[in-house]
Amino acid sequence: MIRIAIFGFGAVGQGVAEILMNRERIERWIGEYRVVAVADSKGSICDENGISLKEALEAKKKGSLPPGMSVMDIIDSIDFDVAIEATPTNIETGEPGLSYIKACLNKGCHVVTSNKGPLVVAYKELAELAERKGVRLMFEATVGGAMPLIKLAKRDIAGNEILSIKGILNGTCNYILSRMEQERLSYHQILSEAQELKIAEANASYDVEGIDSAAKLVILANAVMGMDVSFNDVEVVGITSITPEAFEIAMEKGYTIRLIAEASRDGLRVSPRLLPLHHPLAVRGTLNAVLIQTDLAREIFVIGRGAGKIETASAIISDLIDIYSHDSSN
Amino acid sequence: MAIISIVVELKDQPGQLLKVIEPISKLGGNILSIIHQRDKRTPLGRIPVEVSLQIDEKKVEELIESIKGHGIIVRSYNEVRLLATTSILLVGHIIHTDLGDTINSIDKTGYAEVVEMHISMPHLNEPSTAMVTISATGKEKLREAINLLREVCNKKNILMIEPLNEEST
Repeated sequence: MIRIAIFGFGAVGQGVAEILMNRERIERWIGEYRVVAVADSKGSICDENGISLKEALEAKKKGSLPPGMSVMDIIDSIDFDVAIEATPTNIETGEPGLSYIKACLNKGCHVVTSNKGPLVVAYKELAELAERKGVRLMFEATVGGAMPLIKLAKRDIAGNEILSIKGILNGTCNYILSRMEQERLSYHQILSEAQELKIAEANASYDVEGIDSAAKLVILANAVMGMDVSFNDVEVVGITSITPEAFEIAMEKGYTIRLIAEASRDGLRVSPRLLPLHHPLAVRGTLNAVLIQTDLAREIFVIGRGAGKIETASAIISDLIDIYSHDSSN
Repeated sequence: MAIISIVVELKDQPGQLLKVIEPISKLGGNILSIIHQRDKRTPLGRIPVEVSLQIDEKKVEELIESIKGHGIIVRSYNEVRLLATTSILLVGHIIHTDLGDTINSIDKTGYAEVVEMHISMPHLNEPSTAMVTISATGKEKLREAINLLREVCNKKNILMIEPLNEEST
């Protein structure tokens, strides 16, 4: 019996809960499980015999989880085997996720996270801690949402040396740029449209200034390219000063413009780049796309949905299944 | 300005190279590199030396005659083709920040030059956009030229949109 705790109950945490309610789908992969705790910053529901996810979702829909134990208290006092950590991202301190992940790993629990912050701030420390404790730290959901990237790079092309990773890691920027390409409207007009459609947040600076892409690039560089880099090692240029004329002139030469995150031996960069119109990375809308260049397998392209409640939850579920489908004792 | 490469055969004694360099500097040429091919000594014991330089294309013939006039054997000379080309978008106050100076930062390298440019200026005092095509004597030199341009653009607060380099090693 696998005991699961969910920390962070926003869109992603709720998405995971919705998928976990479909026992038939999940038990096929990991056998019997129960969720023993759900907690967010304001409240929690805990029961070592298993809580009702339906009730938790309903409580959240009405406002918030009922007042209860804090996440740290739950980690201290409730037994669970794996934590799903989906608290809000802070790429400067990594908190509160960083403390939660450390406490869970120290306790000897596996951790599956969708939170970029702790990994950007302390990837090496967390990876070493997990290894020392003999547990897994999984984070497929942090980069490219539902797109298989981390496990693909670590396992499916194992034995390759990854020479470079280039790609579109932020759907909001890609939406804005591909709409500018098609409509030739100004950046500000398209941004407002994206905000109306809830594709961009009211404060979009984290996305449009390239910060989100840079954070994901740091995770990829550290986790799959064996680098030891931090956020400050990335040269970041956003998309806010791109003009409609830039697309016009680029198109005359057969190019379009996309915000590309690139990691190679030459360094880490996030910047708007010219791409041939037919280039596989020149995807439209909120899609993400990544080109992995390796020495043996050469080029591998991955295109998919980089965000969304269920899409991101899908990546978390795949990590959860990965942990237990490799562990015959369960 | 053209980039040319001259191969001369020099006696292995002091002062020979000067006879090649003097006419170049007199005609306003700019020497980019000098390579002594000591392992390719001629039967008469002369050493082939390859000199790459940048010079007004109208003065090339005059330069060759002048070098020959110093008693130097000119084995061959030819204009160096610009082998690597790329296009880069610049967005910002390109005109107000001295476009001539921006282009010149590339042209004066001697190994790269701006061969084409297309500017769009939608309104006065608003950012302009330019597509600049740069050619260089080789890929490595092209990369150097791009790095140089990036420094200039950083200083002038111009957004530089580079092409995605797809080459794999």
